[in-house]
Amino acid sequence: MSTTASTAAEAGASDRTGASRRSGTFYRGDPGMWSWVMHRITGVLTFFFLFVHVLDTALVRVSPNAYDEVIETYKSPVVNLLEVGLVGAVLYHALNGIRVILVDFWSKGAKYQRPMLWAIIGVWVVVMIPGTYFMLERTVSELFGGGH
Amino acid sequence: MTVTPEALSLDKPRSPRRPAARRSNFELYSWVFMRISGLLLVVLVLGHLFIMNILDGGVHRINFAFVAGRWSSPFWQTWDLLMLWLAQLHGGNGLRVIIDDYARRDSTRFWLKMLLYVAMAVILVLGTLVIFTFDPDIPAS
Repeated sequence: MSTTASTAAEAGASDRTGASRRSGTFYRGDPGMWSWVMHRITGVLTFFFLFVHVLDTALVRVSPNAYDEVIETYKSPVVNLLEVGLVGAVLYHALNGIRVILVDFWSKGAKYQRPMLWAIIGVWVVVMIPGTYFMLERTVSELFGGGH
Repeated sequence: MTVTPEALSLDKPRSPRRPAARRSNFELYSWVFMRISGLLLVVLVLGHLFIMNILDGGVHRINFAFVAGRWSSPFWQTWDLLMLWLAQLHGGNGLRVIIDDYARRDSTRFWLKMLLYVAMAVILVLGTLVIFTFDPDIPAS
Protein backbone atom coordinates (compact mmCIF):
# COMPACT_ATOMS: atom_id res chain seq x y z
CA MET A 1 0.00 0.00 0.00
CA SER A 2 2.79 2.41 0.88
CA THR A 3 4.36 1.77 -2.52
CA THR A 4 1.11 2.77 -4.24
CA ALA A 5 0.80 5.91 -2.14
CA SER A 6 4.36 7.03 -2.76
CA THR A 7 3.99 6.33 -6.49
CA ALA A 8 0.84 8.41 -6.59
CA ALA A 9 2.55 11.21 -4.68
CA GLU A 10 5.52 11.12 -7.06
CA ALA A 11 3.19 11.15 -10.05
CA GLY A 12 1.35 14.10 -8.52
CA ALA A 13 4.59 15.94 -7.87
CA SER A 14 5.88 15.34 -11.38
CA ASP A 15 2.53 16.51 -12.79
CA ARG A 16 2.65 19.69 -10.78
CA THR A 17 6.12 20.66 -11.91
CA GLY A 18 6.25 18.76 -15.18
CA ALA A 19 5.67 19.51 -18.82
CA SER A 20 1.87 19.42 -18.69
CA ARG A 21 1.87 22.19 -16.09
CA ARG A 22 4.36 24.35 -17.99
CA SER A 23 2.54 23.96 -21.29
CA GLY A 24 -0.60 25.22 -19.62
CA THR A 25 -2.85 22.17 -19.71
CA PHE A 26 -3.09 21.94 -15.93
CA TYR A 27 -5.73 24.06 -14.21
CA ARG A 28 -5.57 22.61 -10.70
CA GLY A 29 -3.17 24.60 -8.51
CA ASP A 30 -2.78 27.31 -11.17
CA PRO A 31 -3.32 30.91 -10.01
CA GLY A 32 -6.38 30.73 -12.29
CA MET A 33 -7.95 28.20 -9.92
CA TRP A 34 -7.34 30.43 -6.92
CA SER A 35 -8.87 33.39 -8.80
CA TRP A 36 -12.00 31.23 -9.21
CA VAL A 37 -12.01 30.31 -5.49
CA MET A 38 -11.72 34.00 -4.57
CA HIS A 39 -14.49 34.87 -7.04
CA ARG A 40 -16.86 32.44 -5.29
CA ILE A 41 -15.96 33.58 -1.75
CA THR A 42 -16.27 37.31 -2.56
CA GLY A 43 -19.55 36.67 -4.43
CA VAL A 44 -21.16 34.76 -1.55
CA LEU A 45 -20.04 37.35 1.03
CA THR A 46 -21.44 40.18 -1.10
CA PHE A 47 -24.76 38.36 -1.55
CA PHE A 48 -25.14 37.91 2.23
CA PHE A 49 -24.30 41.57 2.78
CA LEU A 50 -26.89 42.60 0.16
CA PHE A 51 -29.56 40.69 2.12
CA VAL A 52 -28.76 42.64 5.31
CA HIS A 53 -28.34 45.92 3.44
CA VAL A 54 -31.81 45.83 1.82
CA LEU A 55 -33.33 45.06 5.26
CA ASP A 56 -31.55 48.00 6.95
CA THR A 57 -32.44 50.38 4.11
CA ALA A 58 -36.09 49.27 4.39
CA LEU A 59 -36.17 51.06 7.78
CA VAL A 60 -36.69 54.34 5.85
CA ARG A 61 -40.30 53.12 5.62
CA VAL A 62 -40.50 52.77 9.42
CA SER A 63 -39.21 56.16 10.56
CA PRO A 64 -36.29 58.55 9.97
CA ASN A 65 -35.06 57.82 13.51
CA ALA A 66 -35.08 54.05 13.02
CA TYR A 67 -33.05 54.47 9.82
CA ASP A 68 -30.59 56.96 11.32
CA GLU A 69 -30.00 54.65 14.28
CA VAL A 70 -29.11 51.64 12.13
CA ILE A 71 -26.94 53.79 9.84
CA GLU A 72 -24.98 54.89 12.93
CA THR A 73 -23.67 51.32 13.24
CA TYR A 74 -22.21 51.68 9.73
CA LYS A 75 -20.16 54.61 11.05
CA SER A 76 -18.67 52.72 14.04
CA PRO A 77 -14.96 51.83 13.73
CA VAL A 78 -15.39 48.04 13.44
CA VAL A 79 -18.16 48.20 10.81
CA ASN A 80 -16.24 50.94 9.00
CA LEU A 81 -13.33 48.50 8.70
CA LEU A 82 -15.72 45.80 7.43
CA GLU A 83 -16.85 48.26 4.74
CA VAL A 84 -13.27 48.41 3.47
CA GLY A 85 -13.40 44.61 3.28
CA LEU A 86 -16.72 44.77 1.41
CA VAL A 87 -15.40 47.29 -1.11
CA GLY A 88 -12.27 45.16 -1.56
CA ALA A 89 -14.36 42.01 -2.11
CA VAL A 90 -16.74 43.71 -4.58
CA LEU A 91 -13.86 45.37 -6.46
CA TYR A 92 -12.05 42.03 -6.83
CA HIS A 93 -15.27 40.33 -7.97
CA ALA A 94 -15.89 43.11 -10.55
CA LEU A 95 -12.33 43.09 -11.93
CA ASN A 96 -12.09 39.31 -12.05
CA GLY A 97 -15.57 39.18 -13.65
CA ILE A 98 -14.27 41.36 -16.47
CA ARG A 99 -11.27 39.02 -16.75
CA VAL A 100 -13.61 36.00 -16.97
CA ILE A 101 -15.59 37.72 -19.75
CA LEU A 102 -12.34 38.40 -21.63
CA VAL A 103 -11.26 34.75 -21.23
CA ASP A 104 -14.66 33.72 -22.65
CA PHE A 105 -14.99 36.14 -25.55
CA TRP A 106 -11.52 37.47 -26.44
CA SER A 107 -9.68 35.15 -28.84
CA LYS A 108 -6.46 35.50 -26.82
CA GLY A 109 -8.21 35.58 -23.44
CA ALA A 110 -7.31 32.05 -22.35
CA LYS A 111 -3.69 32.57 -23.38
CA TYR A 112 -3.38 35.74 -21.29
CA GLN A 113 -5.49 34.63 -18.30
CA ARG A 114 -2.47 34.72 -15.97
CA PRO A 115 -1.06 38.14 -16.99
CA MET A 116 -4.64 39.45 -16.76
CA LEU A 117 -4.84 38.13 -13.18
CA TRP A 118 -1.66 40.00 -12.22
CA ALA A 119 -3.08 43.08 -13.98
CA ILE A 120 -6.37 43.06 -12.03
CA ILE A 121 -4.49 42.50 -8.76
CA GLY A 122 -2.38 45.55 -9.67
CA VAL A 123 -5.48 47.65 -10.39
CA TRP A 124 -7.06 46.40 -7.16
CA VAL A 125 -4.06 47.54 -5.08
CA VAL A 126 -3.87 50.91 -6.86
CA VAL A 127 -7.60 51.58 -6.23
CA MET A 128 -7.71 50.20 -2.67
CA ILE A 129 -4.85 52.33 -1.31
CA PRO A 130 -6.59 55.72 -1.79
CA GLY A 131 -10.00 54.06 -1.28
CA THR A 132 -9.00 52.72 2.16
CA TYR A 133 -7.57 56.12 3.05
CA PHE A 134 -10.79 57.98 2.29
CA MET A 135 -13.00 55.34 3.93
CA LEU A 136 -11.05 55.24 7.19
CA GLU A 137 -9.76 58.83 7.37
CA ARG A 138 -12.44 60.13 9.71
CA THR A 139 -12.65 57.00 11.89
CA VAL A 140 -8.87 56.93 12.40
CA SER A 141 -8.65 60.66 13.19
CA GLU A 142 -11.50 60.36 15.70
CA LEU A 143 -9.96 57.30 17.35
CA PHE A 144 -6.38 58.53 17.56
CA GLY A 145 -6.52 62.28 16.98
CA GLY A 146 -9.03 63.14 19.71
CA GLY A 147 -11.68 64.05 17.14
CA HIS A 148 -12.60 67.39 15.71
CA MET B 1 -13.76 -10.83 -31.37
CA THR B 2 -15.18 -11.02 -27.85
CA VAL B 3 -17.59 -8.11 -27.93
CA THR B 4 -20.46 -8.59 -25.49
CA PRO B 5 -24.09 -7.82 -26.44
CA GLU B 6 -24.16 -5.04 -23.81
CA ALA B 7 -21.31 -3.22 -25.51
CA LEU B 8 -23.06 -3.54 -28.86
CA SER B 9 -26.26 -2.08 -27.51
CA LEU B 10 -24.57 1.30 -26.89
CA ASP B 11 -25.36 3.94 -29.50
CA LYS B 12 -22.47 5.44 -31.39
CA PRO B 13 -21.88 9.08 -30.34
CA ARG B 14 -22.92 10.41 -33.76
CA SER B 15 -25.90 8.09 -34.07
CA PRO B 16 -28.84 10.09 -35.46
CA ARG B 17 -31.29 8.42 -33.06
CA ARG B 18 -29.32 9.63 -30.01
CA PRO B 19 -31.62 11.86 -27.96
CA ALA B 20 -30.76 15.54 -27.64
CA ALA B 21 -28.40 16.11 -24.72
CA ARG B 22 -30.25 19.27 -23.66
CA ARG B 23 -33.94 19.66 -23.15
CA SER B 24 -33.72 23.24 -21.92
CA ASN B 25 -31.48 26.19 -22.67
CA PHE B 26 -31.86 27.59 -19.14
CA GLU B 27 -28.19 27.14 -18.23
CA LEU B 28 -27.12 28.88 -21.45
CA TYR B 29 -29.39 31.84 -20.76
CA SER B 30 -28.22 32.06 -17.14
CA TRP B 31 -24.59 32.01 -18.38
CA VAL B 32 -25.31 34.89 -20.77
CA PHE B 33 -27.28 36.74 -18.06
CA MET B 34 -24.34 36.50 -15.62
CA ARG B 35 -22.07 38.26 -18.14
CA ILE B 36 -24.51 41.00 -19.20
CA SER B 37 -25.73 41.74 -15.66
CA GLY B 38 -22.14 41.54 -14.44
CA LEU B 39 -21.00 44.29 -16.80
CA LEU B 40 -23.94 46.54 -15.81
CA LEU B 41 -23.32 45.83 -12.11
CA VAL B 42 -19.66 46.86 -12.44
CA VAL B 43 -20.91 50.39 -13.22
CA LEU B 44 -23.95 50.39 -10.90
CA VAL B 45 -22.33 48.82 -7.81
CA LEU B 46 -18.88 50.41 -8.04
CA GLY B 47 -20.59 53.78 -8.65
CA HIS B 48 -22.84 53.17 -5.61
CA LEU B 49 -19.89 52.17 -3.41
CA PHE B 50 -17.84 55.15 -4.57
CA ILE B 51 -20.64 57.66 -3.82
CA MET B 52 -21.71 56.08 -0.53
CA ASN B 53 -18.35 55.11 0.99
CA ILE B 54 -15.64 57.31 -0.50
CA LEU B 55 -16.95 60.55 -2.02
CA ASP B 56 -17.45 63.67 0.10
CA GLY B 57 -17.07 62.17 3.61
CA GLY B 58 -18.35 58.71 2.67
CA VAL B 59 -20.64 56.83 5.05
CA HIS B 60 -20.51 59.56 7.72
CA ARG B 61 -22.81 61.89 5.76
CA ILE B 62 -25.53 59.28 5.20
CA ASN B 63 -28.81 59.67 7.07
CA PHE B 64 -32.54 59.80 6.33
CA ALA B 65 -32.31 63.30 4.79
CA PHE B 66 -29.52 62.12 2.50
CA VAL B 67 -31.65 59.21 1.25
CA ALA B 68 -34.67 61.49 0.82
CA GLY B 69 -32.57 63.87 -1.27
CA ARG B 70 -31.33 61.09 -3.52
CA TRP B 71 -34.70 59.40 -4.02
CA SER B 72 -36.33 62.70 -4.96
CA SER B 73 -34.57 62.13 -8.29
CA PRO B 74 -35.97 59.56 -10.75
CA PHE B 75 -32.40 58.97 -11.93
CA TRP B 76 -31.21 57.55 -8.59
CA GLN B 77 -34.52 55.70 -8.08
CA THR B 78 -33.99 53.95 -11.41
CA TRP B 79 -30.31 53.34 -10.60
CA ASP B 80 -31.17 51.71 -7.26
CA LEU B 81 -34.08 49.68 -8.65
CA LEU B 82 -31.97 48.34 -11.52
CA MET B 83 -29.09 47.61 -9.14
CA LEU B 84 -31.40 45.78 -6.70
CA TRP B 85 -32.89 43.48 -9.36
CA LEU B 86 -29.67 42.79 -11.25
CA ALA B 87 -27.63 42.20 -8.08
CA GLN B 88 -30.26 39.93 -6.54
CA LEU B 89 -30.71 37.82 -9.70
CA HIS B 90 -26.95 37.73 -10.40
CA GLY B 91 -26.09 36.79 -6.82
CA GLY B 92 -29.03 34.40 -6.53
CA ASN B 93 -27.99 32.59 -9.69
CA GLY B 94 -24.42 32.40 -8.41
CA LEU B 95 -25.61 30.85 -5.16
CA ARG B 96 -27.82 28.40 -7.09
CA VAL B 97 -24.72 27.18 -8.96
CA ILE B 98 -22.74 26.92 -5.71
CA ILE B 99 -25.54 24.90 -4.06
CA ASP B 100 -25.57 22.55 -7.08
CA ASP B 101 -21.79 22.16 -6.78
CA TYR B 102 -21.47 21.46 -3.08
CA ALA B 103 -24.76 20.03 -1.77
CA ARG B 104 -24.39 16.25 -1.82
CA ARG B 105 -27.93 15.01 -1.28
CA ASP B 106 -30.91 15.88 -3.47
CA SER B 107 -33.00 16.83 -0.43
CA THR B 108 -30.25 19.16 0.88
CA ARG B 109 -30.00 20.74 -2.56
CA PHE B 110 -33.78 21.17 -2.77
CA TRP B 111 -34.18 22.80 0.65
CA LEU B 112 -31.15 25.09 0.27
CA LYS B 113 -32.56 26.28 -3.05
CA MET B 114 -36.00 26.84 -1.56
CA LEU B 115 -34.39 28.91 1.20
CA LEU B 116 -32.47 30.86 -1.45
CA TYR B 117 -35.53 31.51 -3.62
CA VAL B 118 -37.61 32.64 -0.64
CA ALA B 119 -34.83 35.00 0.50
CA MET B 120 -34.52 36.40 -3.03
CA ALA B 121 -38.29 36.95 -3.31
CA VAL B 122 -38.44 38.68 0.09
CA ILE B 123 -35.55 41.02 -0.76
CA LEU B 124 -36.81 41.82 -4.27
CA VAL B 125 -40.39 42.56 -3.13
CA LEU B 126 -39.31 44.52 -0.04
CA GLY B 127 -36.64 46.52 -1.86
CA THR B 128 -38.90 47.38 -4.79
CA LEU B 129 -41.71 48.38 -2.43
CA VAL B 130 -39.36 50.63 -0.42
CA ILE B 131 -38.13 52.46 -3.54
CA PHE B 132 -41.65 52.97 -4.95
CA THR B 133 -43.45 53.89 -1.72
CA PHE B 134 -40.69 56.02 -0.13
CA ASP B 135 -42.22 58.98 1.76
CA PRO B 136 -39.84 61.85 2.69
CA ASP B 137 -42.48 63.33 5.07
CA ILE B 138 -42.95 60.21 7.21
CA PRO B 139 -43.19 61.06 11.00
CA ALA B 140 -39.78 61.23 12.73
CA SER B 141 -40.41 58.36 15.16
